[in-house]
Amino acid sequence: MAFVSSGYNPAKPMENRISDIGPRFFKDFLPPVLEKNYGKWVSHEILEPGLLVHEAESGDKVFTVRAGTARLVSTEYIREICEIAKKYADGYMRWTTRNNIEFMTTSLETAKAMKADLNSRKFAAGSYKFPVGGTGASISNIVHTQGWIHCHTPATDASGTVKVIMDELFEEFTNMRMPAIVRVAVACCLNMCGACHCSDLAVVGFHRKPPIVDHEYLDNMCEIPLAIASCPTGALKPGKHDLGEKKVNTILVNQERCMYCGNCYTMCPSLPLSDKEGDGVIIMVGGKVSNRISMPKFSKVAVAFIPNEPPRWPTLAKVCKKIIEVYAAEANKYERLGDWAERIGWESFFEKCELDFTHHLIDDFRDPAYFTWRQSTNFKF
Amino acid sequence: MAKHPTPLLDQLESGPWPSFVSDMKHAAELRHTNPRGFEQQVPVDVIDDLLGLLEMSYEDGTTHWKHGGIVGVFGYGGGVIGRYCDQPEKFPGVAHFHTVRLAQPSGLFYTAEYMEKLCDLWDFRGSGMTNMHGSTGDIIWLGTTTPQLEEIFYELTHTYNQDLGGSGSNLRTPACCMGMSRCEYACYDTQLMCHTLTNEYQDMLHRPQFPYKFKFKFDGCPNGCVAAIARSDFSIIGTWKDDIKIDQAAVKAYVGGEIPPNAGAHAGRDWGKFDIQKEVIGLCPTQCMKYEGGKLEIDTKNCYRCMHCINVMPKALRIGDERGASILIGAKAPILDGAQMSSLLVPFIPADDPFDEIKEVIESIWDWWMDEGKNRERLGETLKRLGFQKALEVCGITPVAQHVKEPRTNPYIFWKEDEVPGGWTRDINEYRKLHQR
Repeated sequence: MAFVSSGYNPAKPMENRISDIGPRFFKDFLPPVLEKNYGKWVSHEILEPGLLVHEAESGDKVFTVRAGTARLVSTEYIREICEIAKKYADGYMRWTTRNNIEFMTTSLETAKAMKADLNSRKFAAGSYKFPVGGTGASISNIVHTQGWIHCHTPATDASGTVKVIMDELFEEFTNMRMPAIVRVAVACCLNMCGACHCSDLAVVGFHRKPPIVDHEYLDNMCEIPLAIASCPTGALKPGKHDLGEKKVNTILVNQERCMYCGNCYTMCPSLPLSDKEGDGVIIMVGGKVSNRISMPKFSKVAVAFIPNEPPRWPTLAKVCKKIIEVYAAEANKYERLGDWAERIGWESFFEKCELDFTHHLIDDFRDPAYFTWRQSTNFKF
Repeated sequence: MAKHPTPLLDQLESGPWPSFVSDMKHAAELRHTNPRGFEQQVPVDVIDDLLGLLEMSYEDGTTHWKHGGIVGVFGYGGGVIGRYCDQPEKFPGVAHFHTVRLAQPSGLFYTAEYMEKLCDLWDFRGSGMTNMHGSTGDIIWLGTTTPQLEEIFYELTHTYNQDLGGSGSNLRTPACCMGMSRCEYACYDTQLMCHTLTNEYQDMLHRPQFPYKFKFKFDGCPNGCVAAIARSDFSIIGTWKDDIKIDQAAVKAYVGGEIPPNAGAHAGRDWGKFDIQKEVIGLCPTQCMKYEGGKLEIDTKNCYRCMHCINVMPKALRIGDERGASILIGAKAPILDGAQMSSLLVPFIPADDPFDEIKEVIESIWDWWMDEGKNRERLGETLKRLGFQKALEVCGITPVAQHVKEPRTNPYIFWKEDEVPGGWTRDINEYRKLHQR
């Protein structure tokens, strides 16, 4: 295909250049009923799973239909969303912070027709395109990262793990029978580009092998002092490596000190650490960001390691389902997963969820570790 | 006929949840038939090769993307992330496969007309694959080549009045909840504040000048729908100071079972009849409520605005009128020093356009962090290293009991010299007049 220019002239890069104009103004994209009642909403109700109504001071009502997406989506898929928006919602749409899409209309009848239409659309192989749900005390869509599809540091895939977990928990997306909302997140490495560290149930990609040092190239690729300074445990030091014909400057790894965070790799491409056997996932539980009833809290490690089992990660899916089932059966109404685990005690949590407690689950990283050890005789047998 | 067999990925086409593999296969086919007649500027089989490369990752359990790569548009240090695959001979369509971040509109609202135009541009100059949206909030376009970057930027700014987002050691594209556009809980205009500050700080968003990334997130209320408290260096969370407004008739309607509790969020299961004592009064964390003689009372002085009662009875209870925001700082994910939650810096601040008071706090914090922060140190880590008092000091904020969960348990207290009468300089000979060696 011939190169087509849109008008940019590389010989004069500053000519007619427009920069720093920021995003589009959001009010350009608000449905009229939302713009009219902006800041004047008084209440809302979830009429059925995936269908909400909001009421304004003016008496206006807006009905919203919410549907899940895969987050990794093609322009063809987005064009279909646009087509639906034009058919039912005057051409307006929005995404939620959990990668659902929402369509709004002032007619309940239209909203119901839209819900039926969305639920009827399927991919050729059979999965839903736009399953309606994700409202109230349900498991909403999974916030996640890029994984193997586009990231350079992942220890697992994200789109694939999300697909298998959501397949497993699908009934909980389309129903509202959880004790409280359950926020699930997947991050494909410890960088945690998703909000895994504060989710009810979180899957985190994890490496278990120290970096391999690419001695031959390291000194040409990397700033050795920067890479060494990036290590939070002091596992790296400068050194020499004998290549036979010459000695090169390099980095030496004290492997016992490494906790495989990958920060050195981010600073230096000659320190890769991904590995088929070494990599897998951690399951964390009990985090939340809301201030409702109890304070926001971090997720805690419930399973130290599950190997990657592509394409369908059966062990991961099974453990996630088990934790959700036990929580749903045992927790009180309004009780988030972490609040439930704290109420019954973590020793009971592991017992009820049939999870092994191993030494990996006792914190040994700096100050925060001490605050997690038990300084009391108040425990349960 | 698919270019590469994908027996492992094909297994992700079953099951009810939307299959990204099915979507990619469909998109790959359409690129070949090209029904809209685009003069595609990146290889026609780019999605075929992306599927092939991903299948390879599924086979051998690791990524096949090389580390980074420095590409971008002239004058910007952020907004584009270089990406190259490590098997370019096998998968030439994704040999160069850069990410473009587009600054998203506040609240993630769009018109079909606008979104279709973006799709046209991305079909023409990119792979047609996207993330809607990235974890920070941007529209993420996955996969284009270096020669396309300036053309994309030119078209975005000239035709669509649309800019790139942030990446690198920059201000990352700020994100907010949907706020006043459709939520009755919004205590301030999150969308307007997000939009205003995003534009105010475009220089920081596009040109690296920080020790590391810096994130603003704007939550309209303590429910925290964009997770500001956990995910942003500077978290602005709506709150109020006066009484929760009570509609006693509506309270009775909840008690009488005429209105479903929690806005119907628990309708999928029989939890029994709504019990205001158990579900509201008993769960109030400060025990500041009572329901007697058919009347609900809230002791405002003891309410700490957790939102539970309002969430349970949204038609009966409303946030107060004296509205503003709390500012908390320093949240981050675990690398390097463990995860951190944001810590309260300003208990209450007006949050009205043009947001001058908020900008003053932001700029004070930035001045300090840019002076003191180490390379790759998030604000939260600088706070831990140098102490929260420093942040209060640089912002000129008087310490109050609200700043802590509890006072310190260790008595190793630093005093400033001018806080101690007579200062620290003493004469050893004077001392020795009273104390023999």
